[in-house]
Order: sequence, then structure tokens, then C-alpha cells
Amino acid sequence: MIPVRDPEFRRGFIEMMAPSLGMAAWALVTGVAMVKSGLSLPLATLMTMLVYAGSAQLAALPLLVAGAPLAVIWAAAFCVNLRFVIYSAHWHNYLGHLPRWQRMMLGYLAVDLNYVFFARRFPDLRPAPEQLPYLWGGIAWNWMSWQGASLLGIFIADRVPTEWDLGFAGVLALLGVTYSLLSDTRTWIAAGVAAGAAVAAFSLPLELNIVVAIAAGVGAGLLLERFLPSRAAERAP
Amino acid sequence: MSDAYVIAGIIGLTVVTVVTRGFFLLPQRKLSLPPRALQALRYAPLAALVAVIAPEILIRDAAFVATWQDARLFAVLAASAYFWWRRGILGTIVGGTAVLLALELGLGW
Repeated sequence: MIPVRDPEFRRGFIEMMAPSLGMAAWALVTGVAMVKSGLSLPLATLMTMLVYAGSAQLAALPLLVAGAPLAVIWAAAFCVNLRFVIYSAHWHNYLGHLPRWQRMMLGYLAVDLNYVFFARRFPDLRPAPEQLPYLWGGIAWNWMSWQGASLLGIFIADRVPTEWDLGFAGVLALLGVTYSLLSDTRTWIAAGVAAGAAVAAFSLPLELNIVVAIAAGVGAGLLLERFLPSRAAERAP
Repeated sequence: MSDAYVIAGIIGLTVVTVVTRGFFLLPQRKLSLPPRALQALRYAPLAALVAVIAPEILIRDAAFVATWQDARLFAVLAASAYFWWRRGILGTIVGGTAVLLALELGLGW
């Protein structure tokens, strides 16, 4: 079913090699963080094989360790993954004609880099025959390099002494992603409100401070969209 | 952290991956979101990430971190400095982790 012999498959596969190096480092950190948070090797392996979403996995880890209700963990992961909802509307232009199970498979496997490279290669929003093999090629490389690096991280972490606080590398990775989302004054203020709420509401039971903080951050963002004009917002850092 | 709890968590997280990545791809007809929802989409991932990491950084043993001799705080400072200098996430992780390990293993913090 996967068109491995197609030259477009090879092209998609090869184009993904260099940019996926950074992603492999990210996968390594995720693998290490899963084990250092206390997940057993089989469970860490299960998590990487099934969930296949680094940021959501890293965000879920401290909540799992704290024993948060599953609904809170899933809600937080859903919010972290919302960028994919935006991509999925874009994917529909190219893949909307395929059978549903194939759409589900491609949607599940297509990560950020696949989206970025595909959208750059095919700026016209309509299906073309070379698209599917190209996409499968990129997906194949990304999946193998991600899972390979993640399993390596799981394996390494199991051999590093527990005093090494390597699980915190996962928090530092999320910190970098968070910084990359801070684009103007409004996002900075919304982030500050969410951080304040998460810490101030920390004593709430069931890790509900996470839910409170997300609501506060989004609420602040929507208010700012309305009352802080975008030009003033963009002039700031 | 029982195995059953973690496995249930993992299965739900897998569903979250499938649902978010297929959100507008799975329905047959092309749908779109109202503008207000699109604005909220811009802030929700940021708020969720901050909600998870802020307590990890600022809270120790259920209280606001009380000492400056805290390896994690310095790791965050180093990681932040690197990010705003170079904008690379890889260096942010490596730099912060290096400071963390140096303070914890070297100085015994």
C-alpha cells in the first residue's frame, strides 16, 4: 500500500533527513524524560509507539506522576496539540478525496515537519498524483528516526543513575517551545496570566490548576485580541 | 502511578493524537471554524504549555521555591538565556541540562 518504489517517495524520504535531526534530539529527550519520570521500559515504549506526539507526551508526564485525573491530562494534551487541528483543515484540501481510514492513518502519522515540507512543495490547494508518495516518504523517515531516537533515549535513561535529574530536560524542551510561541505583547501577557494562575491555584485538588490556568490564559488572550490593537502589540518586543 | 492508570492515560493520549491530527480531515465535507475559535486556538497551546511547566519550575514540595540554591532555577535561567540569544530549542535543552547537572552533581545542590 505504501508506494516505496515511487521516485517521489524517495524524494520525500531524503528531503526529511537533515531537518529531522533536530526532531531526533527532541525524541531522545522525550525518551529519557519518560523513563526518568518513573515509567517502566515497557510503558515508555508503549507510549512512544502509540502516542507519537512529543510535546503532548512531555506535558502529560508531570501530570501522570502527580496522579492527575485522566480527563485533566487528556485536556492538557489536547490543547498542546491544537496546532494539528489547524493543519488538518489544510490537509483536507489535498487528502479529502481519499477513503476515511487512509485519511485517519495519514493524519495520525503526519507531524509538523511533514506539514511544513508538504505545504511548501505543493502550494496549490488541490490533489495531485505525486503528493501521496511524497508524503509517505517523509512520513516513513520521520517515523523511523523519531521512534529510533526515542527508544535510544528510553534505553539510555534506564542506565543513567537516578540522581541525575534528566527528566527536567523535558521541561526545558517545553520551555523552548513555549518561548517560540511568544510573538507579541499579547502572547507574553497571556502566558504570564496562565503561569500566575497555574502557580496561584496549585493547591486545588485533582491538578485542576492546569485547567484554571488554560482557561485564564485563553480568556486573557481573547480579551487582549479585543482591547489591545494589533499594531500597538506588534511594535513591542 | 499504577500500570492500569498509565495504560489508560496512554490510550487516551493516542486518541487525542488521532482526533487533533484528523480533526478537519476526518469529516467528509470541508468544515471551518468561526473566527473567535481561531483566535482561541492561538492561545490555548501556549496556555497549556505554561500551565504545565510553571509549577514544575516554581514549586518545590507543594510550596513556592524558597531558596536561590535551586539547580532547576539556574537551569531555566541558562536555557532562557540561550533561547533568546540563539532561538534554537536544541541548545536550550542542552545548555539548561548541562547547568542542572553541573550544579546537582558538582555542587551537590
